Amino acid sequence: MIDNITLGQYIPGNSILHRLDPRTKIFWTTLLMVATFLIESWAEYLMMGLFILLLLLISGVPIRQSIKGVKPLLFILAITAVLNIFFTGGTPVFEIGPVKVTYEGIFAAIKLFLRLLMLVITASLMTITTTPMTMTDGIEKLLKPFERIGVPAHEIAMMMSIALRFIPTLLDETNRIMKAQASRGANFDTGSIFSRIKSFIPVLVPLFVSAFKRADELAEAMESRCYRGGKGRTRLKEIHYSKLDFSVSLAGIALLGIIFSGRFFL
Amino acid sequence: MNDMIKTDNIYYEYMTQNEDGIAVQAVKGVSMSIKQGQFVVVLGRNGSGKSTLARLLNGLLIPGKGTVIIDGIDTHNDELIWEVRRTLGLVFQNPDNQIVATTVEEDVAFGPENLGISPDGIRKRVDDSLKMVDMEKYSEYSPHMLSGGQKQRIAIAGILAMEPKCIVLDEATSMLDPRGRKEVMVVLKKLNREKGITIVHITHHMEEAVEADLVMVMEDGRLVLAGTPRQIFENVEELRKAGLDVPQITALAYDLRKSGVRMDVLPLNKDEMVNTIRRLIKRKNSKRLISSSNQTEKEYNPDSPIIKVRDLSHIYMQGSAFQQKALNGINLTVNKGEILGIIGQTGSGKSTLVQHFNGILKATSGTVEVDGLKADGKDLKELRQKVGLIFQYPEHQLFEETVYKDIVFGLTRLGIDAREMKKRVFHVIDLLGISPELLDKSPFELSGGQKRRVAIAGVLVMKPKVLILDEPTAGLDPQGSLEVFKILSRLNQQEGTTIIIISHNMEEIAAFCHRVAVMNKGRLVFCDTASNVFSRYEELRSYNLDIPKITDLFRELHDLGYNLPKTVLTVEEARDSILGVIDAETGGME
Repeated sequence: MIDNITLGQYIPGNSILHRLDPRTKIFWTTLLMVATFLIESWAEYLMMGLFILLLLLISGVPIRQSIKGVKPLLFILAITAVLNIFFTGGTPVFEIGPVKVTYEGIFAAIKLFLRLLMLVITASLMTITTTPMTMTDGIEKLLKPFERIGVPAHEIAMMMSIALRFIPTLLDETNRIMKAQASRGANFDTGSIFSRIKSFIPVLVPLFVSAFKRADELAEAMESRCYRGGKGRTRLKEIHYSKLDFSVSLAGIALLGIIFSGRFFL
Repeated sequence: MNDMIKTDNIYYEYMTQNEDGIAVQAVKGVSMSIKQGQFVVVLGRNGSGKSTLARLLNGLLIPGKGTVIIDGIDTHNDELIWEVRRTLGLVFQNPDNQIVATTVEEDVAFGPENLGISPDGIRKRVDDSLKMVDMEKYSEYSPHMLSGGQKQRIAIAGILAMEPKCIVLDEATSMLDPRGRKEVMVVLKKLNREKGITIVHITHHMEEAVEADLVMVMEDGRLVLAGTPRQIFENVEELRKAGLDVPQITALAYDLRKSGVRMDVLPLNKDEMVNTIRRLIKRKNSKRLISSSNQTEKEYNPDSPIIKVRDLSHIYMQGSAFQQKALNGINLTVNKGEILGIIGQTGSGKSTLVQHFNGILKATSGTVEVDGLKADGKDLKELRQKVGLIFQYPEHQLFEETVYKDIVFGLTRLGIDAREMKKRVFHVIDLLGISPELLDKSPFELSGGQKRRVAIAGVLVMKPKVLILDEPTAGLDPQGSLEVFKILSRLNQQEGTTIIIISHNMEEIAAFCHRVAVMNKGRLVFCDTASNVFSRYEELRSYNLDIPKITDLFRELHDLGYNLPKTVLTVEEARDSILGVIDAETGGME
């Protein structure tokens, strides 16, 4: 079940987006997300949509694959949007008993749906074009200035990347333990919520025991490979800003300017 | 040549204490020296101190007494500890727990990154190292997509990238399937031969020691034997006393010698044994033919089926992009009271198949019937009582506060009264050789072997009619494996339990199973008596499966024209048939 979600998984490639410095991407993702919350008019929606579509095209991710990736989320997005229909007042289209559907409601729902969709795509564009390692490198560098006030930038980044590394391993393990406990009579599917939560103890205890053991062994392995914290450490792929980051950022600012230009001139 | 590793009477004790309040001494006075460029194999049971020794060698642990000198550096010297670790790399047992990064190349880069090498330098080292272990095609892969053998090769590459002079492997092959083990061994030999890297390989697979320059045997924290493989494997009795064994071929030679056949040195491999036989048996193609297989077929009642599988197919994640056909039209009947072995490469569908027998997986199409009960998702409680399924490394599923509570976990869900429960528990621990004193202990305090028995007990108390075990001896040393199989045989004979075993260990399958089912790419390719299955050498090989070494020897002897059965399954059988021929010959000549 969990394996089905392909949304946001890194897809190897060599597009402009792939080559950008992760810090640029983190910055722009944040900026674009804020922008999607600011857009209001249909024109702005259209232009913002085109902008994100352009980024999608640049990323080189096959459109079909991205549709597939978003698919599992469409349902949730749709429900959230549809709920909006019923809670917006205005000119009614039709009424069934106490339920009143208005034009404003329908438009609000469509806008919300599009907004959420754009948010999801923007966020996954970053993860699709950035390896988890580069991403954590970016975060480490962004946090670096805060080291002076006691933020352990390197440690945070290392923990994030190890967590990412072990998610699939621990998912496999959970699956295995659940099967083993089911084989000796555990029941995860029926009963009250309370008894269901209780039935997860036989899964959680071995899972934690094994996670601690893994952590121990991993620490040994890291020490054996001369790991001694972030000091003096170099990287296989040093991240650095290039001309590309500069020109892409300029283009981005120009495009955002166009999108919101209506507000200045009208 | 100078010493790569030199230890002088080293001791190490852990902070934990045993029941008598005495600290556990894991290493007791080990002195050894390993020359640069040697290929050394260290043998020893689980808990004999091998892993502690490995950690002492690269300074993860510092000896309490004595010194460890690595390439001239004392590990007591704090300032040079990173130099020691760079010189002597350590590869660990569990492939999953030593990979740090989310892609192969980033992981291999981890060591050089810590050493502060420049990005260009790291790139070169990563590429070279991956090439050495033959994994350059996988540099952008995520580690969890790789097989166990591939992961271990990545771990080796990660060490290589630090340009070490010596690599120590702490049971690095013990969690791998035969194919993965072979892959790793090939890489190790190559590194030793081509780059002159000193290799210290800790293992309990005897076969891996045969080609070493030097073999050391550890028992109870001490180094008890050291010498060339030939010298070591002469000491069959001592090895067995240390809970180890010798390769099958050597075991056969030893048995023959014990029966009075003159043999100056014990052969270590098939070719040597064939030469010995050549000397012992002169005549070929004698007219007095020995029946092609003189073994008594192990008995069971073949007419009462307990599991019926009809046209079973299973598709994982049907309808998604990852859809994968794991089982394809399986037909199989398992009979009451038999021991059935299932063999096949990793990924051939063995585990998927048996998970249908207790309803953990539901058939995509086809049916499974167990003892008159359809395994279709209804009556799961009853089905799982009838069919006990023990997964690989079952000790990882223990969770209760006490051993007793853990064993009765399944029973409490059946509403059985306390007295009956207790009776069953004591019956089962007696069968498994678990001492009653352990019942009140926490399962996490036990040793690995004890934990595994407790986990097996938790399934046996349900009194299953069918017991399925997925790799029951994985990670156990020879002695431990033998004990597991003794228990299974007893269970089969005394309680009439039908047993299904999935294993990669062909020697175990040949010696213990009535019938063997062979799987390949989701299909059941054949299912027959063990001797019939292992006589189909060519076919098995095409599925990447081996046959027991002893069976392989007899196949060759038979092909050479010796008047010996074509297929034998155990060392005893082999010994008897060779002795038979020798007797007939000497009797005939005089």
